[in-house]
Amino acid sequence: MSTATTTTNAPPSGGADFRDVVTAHAPFRTGRLVLWLVVLLVAADFIWICAHNDGFDWPVVGQYFFNPTVISGLYVSLGLTVVGMILGIVMGLVIAIARLSQDRLASGFASLFIWFFRGTPLLVQLIFWYNLSTLFPRIGLSIPFGPTLIDWDTNSVITPMTAAIVGLALNEAAYMAEIIRAGLLSVDRGQAETAEAFGMTRARALWRIIIPQAMRSIVPPTGNQLISMIKATSLVSVIAMADLLYSVQSIYNSTFQIVPMLLVAVIWYLLITSVLNIGQSYLEAYYSRSERRGATAAHPAPAAAIEEASH
Amino acid sequence: MSANTLPEGTRPLVRARNVHKSFDQLEVLKGIDMDVMPGEVVVILGPSGSGKSTFLRCINHLESIQQGFIEVDGEQIGYKIRKDRLEKLSANGIAKQRRKIGMVFQQFNLYPHMTVLQNIIEAPIGIHGQSRKDATDNAMQLLERVGLSAKAGAYPRQLSGGQQQRVAIARALAIKPKLMLFDEPTSALDPELVGEVLATMRDLAKQGLTMIVVTHEIGFAKEAADRVVFMDGGHVVEMGKPEDVIGNPQHPRTQAFLSRFL
Ligand SMILES: Nc1ncnc2c1ncn2[C@@H]1O[C@H](COP(=O)(O)OP(=O)(O)O)[C@@H](O)[C@H]1O
Ligand SMILES: [Mg+2]
Repeated sequence: MSTATTTTNAPPSGGADFRDVVTAHAPFRTGRLVLWLVVLLVAADFIWICAHNDGFDWPVVGQYFFNPTVISGLYVSLGLTVVGMILGIVMGLVIAIARLSQDRLASGFASLFIWFFRGTPLLVQLIFWYNLSTLFPRIGLSIPFGPTLIDWDTNSVITPMTAAIVGLALNEAAYMAEIIRAGLLSVDRGQAETAEAFGMTRARALWRIIIPQAMRSIVPPTGNQLISMIKATSLVSVIAMADLLYSVQSIYNSTFQIVPMLLVAVIWYLLITSVLNIGQSYLEAYYSRSERRGATAAHPAPAAAIEEASH
Repeated sequence: MSANTLPEGTRPLVRARNVHKSFDQLEVLKGIDMDVMPGEVVVILGPSGSGKSTFLRCINHLESIQQGFIEVDGEQIGYKIRKDRLEKLSANGIAKQRRKIGMVFQQFNLYPHMTVLQNIIEAPIGIHGQSRKDATDNAMQLLERVGLSAKAGAYPRQLSGGQQQRVAIARALAIKPKLMLFDEPTSALDPELVGEVLATMRDLAKQGLTMIVVTHEIGFAKEAADRVVFMDGGHVVEMGKPEDVIGNPQHPRTQAFLSRFL
């Protein structure tokens, strides 16, 4: 017993048994180095081939990169993405809450919505909205089976723009509803109960307590959705909406420089998604700030706390 | 404590009559009668599964009851009388009734995305319409009272269990409740952290707050309770002064339960 105690209390310098890890170093790994070299070599070779392949026609890529038609197409794609995403998130939130509610009518409607808009291809939905006038020449408000209160000519309401927005937003809403629902369900049941016990209304409890905690699991898949959305906007070119893809198509239809023009679009898509990735990682860090240990706990100053509480 | 010196005819703060509660087929409360006077500290003891938590949750209508009635501060919880008939209150109506009842949970249930201070001022500002300054001043006083002034800016995860529970108590006090409900506030704590929470609760009892406390801390019941209620199988088996119920239990089930703590 006593020998054991003395051994464990021996100073690290007391012999070969104890080596302070401070002195440790990582072993040199030849295999990793070789792997790195091979990969870099292959990559360099690939870039070299692409750069010297006349089919890519890089000068044309450079020439059209900031072409006004391309830039206006880019704006359309970005605009559709932003509007479609905002509408999709707002509607998705409403549908997620409806799906989770005790009310059979609300949850039934939400399930039907999600079933339909997730279950059919977006391309078909877009074409459908664009051709709505052939099904319903006039749209308006009326009492079911009763008189019409107000109506419009469908062709004047459904332009390529509105068809694109409606199509993208409704489709997005169905996906966002499922993402948001999963996020809301991931929050500990005790949180909603506590809010309830304090006399919060359901709406306030959702807004102040549940949704902020659900954000941690909502943000990453929403980032995915946003990136899919940017690419999905290229589908609207089939209904003659002048997005990024449609604009480069309209250029190569007269110049026949198909590959370089597609490269222009590809590089723009990659640039946008890269910027979004960075934004997403900042959002994720923000919503997991309460997870981090240390730092704030060590600061006793109530002044700092008051400042924090006031935003 | 002040309950003993209340003038004759004072109305009880809580009145429960013949409270029945079932989950599907399972009858959990089988006719509970209980009055709690203003300023009184009532400790509910009883084996696990006897319906103690359920009874507490019925008092602020987190659970609805199937028979009987519960009144807090003169208002029947969950219902109102309209045209001489009893009508269920809307969700928002019930929310209003709950605002004078504070609750402390076994699992603390602090809002993890908010700092300690934000946790405390959330309800006073958002529900009770206090100004941010008043709410913050009051919150800092409450934190001082539970000995956690230094932690105002910390997130719940950065605190020990005992500290979290003291914040939860401060949060419940911030709404200036007429009644405080505690559901096993120390059961999720490491043994060495139980004392600090019980000390805080003893302080509150001395200051005349009306409290209903579900706990297994017999020592706390002896020392701080005006009355001890022993529940078993959905019934109140025995009720009385702590020295009687704990010191000299009459019912065999109370005796059996208490013998485990000797
Ligand atoms: N939401 C619920 N649904 C179904 N059964 C429940 C629910 N809550 C509690 N019970 C049951 O009610 C009984 C009493 O539970 P509870 O009030 O938590 O007891 P205690 O707090 O005294 O341990 C237990 O048998 C429990 O399983
Ligand atoms: Mg319990």
